[in-house]
Amino acid sequence: MRDVAVLGVGQTKFGELWDRSFREIGIEAGLQALVDAKLSSQDLGGLFLGNMASGALIDQEHIAPLILDATGLGHRHLPAVRVEGGGASGALALHQGYLAVASGLYDYVVVGGAEKLTDVPDETASRITSSAADHEWEVVFGATLPALWALVARRHMHDFGTTREELARVAVHAHEMGSKNPNAHYRNKLTLAQVMDAGPVAEPLGMLDCAPLSDGAAAVVLGPMELARKHTDTPVRIVASQVACDTMALHHRREITRLESTVVAARRAFDQARRIPSDVQVAEIHDAYTISALVSLEDLGFVDKGRAGPEFATGRFGPGGKTVVNTSGGLKAQGRPFGAVGVAQVVELVRQLRGEAKERQVSGANIGLAQDVGGTGATTVVHILERAN
Amino acid sequence: MSVARFWRETPRRYNLGGSKCTMCGTVYFPPRAVCPECTSHRQSIEKMVPYQLSGEGEVISYTIVHDAAEGFEMQVPYALGLVKTPEGPVLTGQIVDIEPETVAIGLKVRATFRKLREEGASGVIHYGYKITPLDESGILPSARGPAAPAPAKDAPGPERTST
Repeated sequence: MRDVAVLGVGQTKFGELWDRSFREIGIEAGLQALVDAKLSSQDLGGLFLGNMASGALIDQEHIAPLILDATGLGHRHLPAVRVEGGGASGALALHQGYLAVASGLYDYVVVGGAEKLTDVPDETASRITSSAADHEWEVVFGATLPALWALVARRHMHDFGTTREELARVAVHAHEMGSKNPNAHYRNKLTLAQVMDAGPVAEPLGMLDCAPLSDGAAAVVLGPMELARKHTDTPVRIVASQVACDTMALHHRREITRLESTVVAARRAFDQARRIPSDVQVAEIHDAYTISALVSLEDLGFVDKGRAGPEFATGRFGPGGKTVVNTSGGLKAQGRPFGAVGVAQVVELVRQLRGEAKERQVSGANIGLAQDVGGTGATTVVHILERAN
Repeated sequence: MSVARFWRETPRRYNLGGSKCTMCGTVYFPPRAVCPECTSHRQSIEKMVPYQLSGEGEVISYTIVHDAAEGFEMQVPYALGLVKTPEGPVLTGQIVDIEPETVAIGLKVRATFRKLREEGASGVIHYGYKITPLDESGILPSARGPAAPAPAKDAPGPERTST
């Protein structure tokens, strides 16, 4: 297996991109990444594209060749593969791209993630995205994705004393970070009171505990580490790429307050990278719901089980903290175009590790972690990246 | 959802038909073809037998849903819970016949046969289980049985009701 580096990154603005089509945002992110990597398209080996639900959302399947073609590469007959894993589709595509380069089969690949959620009404988009949960045994009985996460929240509050205010802090933090990200869906700041007083979605979660439905695309170029210096002075090495799965339905988990897939994926990733959680300076984690962020911090190993609420409140995950979380604004503020999320997380980490994150820059960031979750944790993908010196 | 897709789940959704591993005794709902708990995972193939849950259980978590799942729009706000059964499996279901605000972790409940949702005015009506309090004193007067003012709520019917 070869060492794999990220050589280029690209990303569209996230949000309600009503004036732009699926293929337009796909092209924009992909071309940005190719230009950033100074890669000639003759050298490109293939495309891996993360997407959750294009068929249901825009009546278009078979989107990997569609994006390849739209990018002007259709006549080169490159392999193009779509990867689906619910909300973790983007990071799962990245894992496939990583395997392709590490194996030596391809030298350079583009990994993209794209989703167009606002071409359908909000209720339709919510119905479609809830299919990342178990349709037959959860959704049919009245569950939605936020409702399932609310069940996790309620039990977490019951078992560990997590408070409504501790949940709300996650959203306040996300918007604080998002206010500095020109690509973010939301750039407004929030107060604790605004989050806690927002209309209920599934109690105890309110409107502002939940990430928005967004359009957006992101892309990275991967290549072998030994060729990286031809493309960039600041290659970022992927030191771990790990996937773990769990039962589809929340009700089949041994403990509903523990994301076992995250625990296992993180353990494997830290083993692969020969690192420990306290080595990480920047992390992009799954804050699709305020509760999912707290549970993730625990299950990634940053804090003890049950302690994320109080620890988050101390500011240790904010600017100046030991591990700064979701400098992009996270899913909550940067936005949540499902299939693009996992790739965008890595785009942000690469910017941080290169020292190109401008206002959001975490000084001395050398090691970053990204965690992308599908459904209520049936899939977790964890990547660890290091600046190559 | 197509007719066949709902119809074929009838034994499970109507009668809580699960399965039991004859190797280790673990009970599953919905039924599994192979036992995840058995160390001899593969040996449990064809050793799973049908097993019907009693339907009783205890709420281990709940939420009050305001942004409904498709087909449940007329029922908001509704309580949705996870119910741990004495046999082992945990069910996801709506908790009904009780004011949503009074649902709590630890509430003793039982599953009951109800209408879940319908596919528009002329489509198929989906039935399955909902969850109701075991202690009748907690049950809303409107759901207490034949003497109650709105008995139709207890029976599956074509009209949209809050349960």
